[in-house]
Amino acid sequence: MSDLRLAWRKSLNGVMLTLTGVAAFSVVAVLFLVLGYLIWNGGTSLNLDFFTQLPKGEGETGGGMANAIVGSLKLLALAAVIGLPVGLLAGVYLAEFGGKTFSFLTRYTTDLLNGAPSIVIGLFAFSVAVLPLKHFSVLAGGVALGVMVIPITVRSTEEFLRAVPNSLREGAMALGANKWKTIATVIVPAASGGIITGMLLALARVAGETAPLLFTAFGNQYWNTSWSQPISSLPVMIYTYALAPYDDWHRQAWAGGLVLLALVLIANVGCRLVLNRRGANRSA
Amino acid sequence: MSTATSTIDRAVPPQAGPRAFVHRLRHGDEVAHLITLVFAATILLITSVMVYELWVRSDITRAKFGFAFFFTSVWDPVAEQFGAAPFIFGTLVTSILALVIAVPLGLAAAVFLAELAPRNISDTTAFLIDLLAAIPSVIYGLLGIFVVVPLMRKPIGPFLKATLGHVPLIGTLFQGPNYGVGLLTASIVLAIMIVPFIISVSREVLLTVPREQREAALGLGATRWEATWKVVVPWARTGIMGSVFLALARALGETMAVTMVIGNNPIIASSLFSPGYSIAAVIANEFAEASGDAHRSALMELGLVLFLITFILNGCARLLIVATERGGGGRPA
Repeated sequence: MSDLRLAWRKSLNGVMLTLTGVAAFSVVAVLFLVLGYLIWNGGTSLNLDFFTQLPKGEGETGGGMANAIVGSLKLLALAAVIGLPVGLLAGVYLAEFGGKTFSFLTRYTTDLLNGAPSIVIGLFAFSVAVLPLKHFSVLAGGVALGVMVIPITVRSTEEFLRAVPNSLREGAMALGANKWKTIATVIVPAASGGIITGMLLALARVAGETAPLLFTAFGNQYWNTSWSQPISSLPVMIYTYALAPYDDWHRQAWAGGLVLLALVLIANVGCRLVLNRRGANRSA
Repeated sequence: MSTATSTIDRAVPPQAGPRAFVHRLRHGDEVAHLITLVFAATILLITSVMVYELWVRSDITRAKFGFAFFFTSVWDPVAEQFGAAPFIFGTLVTSILALVIAVPLGLAAAVFLAELAPRNISDTTAFLIDLLAAIPSVIYGLLGIFVVVPLMRKPIGPFLKATLGHVPLIGTLFQGPNYGVGLLTASIVLAIMIVPFIISVSREVLLTVPREQREAALGLGATRWEATWKVVVPWARTGIMGSVFLALARALGETMAVTMVIGNNPIIASSLFSPGYSIAAVIANEFAEASGDAHRSALMELGLVLFLITFILNGCARLLIVATERGGGGRPA
């Protein structure tokens, strides 16, 4: 009887532990499936025209997404200008100045803003940037992405500032520097690698956002020369092309997907490797 | 202040009063404090303005329909009739079903990474899983349309119909025409998207469980699985709940991937193969071309609902995760 029970417990142990391993590896397998699919389908679809040509009209073959690539870069630049300074300084406040209650409130709100659905951020940008100007614009898209950049930057900046050893603060103050000089010339430079990496990660995350751009930056068939006109972006183009009923547009959607994924993953892998190495050096 | 004290001021900084403020201002610390404070306050301002805008701009439908907005199911922008029930239904069904798929998978994977795998394999795998979380949702949508939908049409859908379709009680969920797109497809894509969040947060929480807990269980003769399942996981359960809340908030607000595979049809059906619609998807599809103020107001109200729900879920998630990492299982350690 007890032998039977022991055998049952042992086999349950074996089965369940194997299942957890299977679960872990199947999730990792999904990553490689995604990568494989995009490299296969995107790689066979990608050509030079994709980077240099404007989109062709409905249903025509050929053309590219040159304007969308430039559009995404413009939107990202604007998002960086809007979001990064706010994120950096708010992060400095939380790490170096913050009082108790207000810091808690700010940190909590930051997390909630970070978790807000991107489509809602789009509604916000529509209200504050599209309605006053009365048309879709690069500016509105930049506001939407900029708002999304803020919470990510705040948290990473705060984290890296806190990792700076207190001895540096004490050393600077002992030399007669006051607080802001200590922060500006010692603490922030010491954490600059981490802070910049965090900012890049934030930009990499919003680079793939589609939902908040649908009714802010909207889309554009042509080159955009103004900040107050609609602009196309890579994610929105992928979305539109994937849903269109034309095979050649599907091909271009795959190509766009590969380019977008490559940019986002390279930024992520690069940043995380840099961070890990710095972390290892610090503890060594 | 009399002139007699002013010479002393220069040598010893005064301790209080307006002159003290000016003195500190000159040295810049207060200015720096104030500037960074203003930027921190900007975050609160943005969030408040967001809620305010959504509230004010949804006043037409709030005034006209009241709470009936959430319970009626006619969505006719031309006749200005707005009932959000099909969207709320689609959002809830897809999110909950995604959790049903993702929680066991994610928890199992997190247990493997935290309890069984050697540290370096665990770290590498966690790194790869974080990359999975970084993939833009439009790419999941792309794969959804061209990979998952055809798979649903051919082997998976008919297989489920032939097997689960005849089981009493849950059979009706797997009957009816199978178009490939629909609630089940959206749930599967969502599940893949939220699994990384469950794994990475649960793994972190499981790693904070004290080693003595495991050793005590093993010392009492428990198998590795029993020690994990009956001691370690219960210890971390609040944090794991937190990761589930976090994932649920993601799933509810996810837009692009769902829009691309859910079928975009505002109906409430008993079959999981049936096309549906979600809150985020209807905003994405209709907002840019909203036909009038009432239509726009209805979509804004949906946005407000979505924001408040994710707000509450995220708030709960943070509290649960913090509570576990400090205490462990809600019990005093």
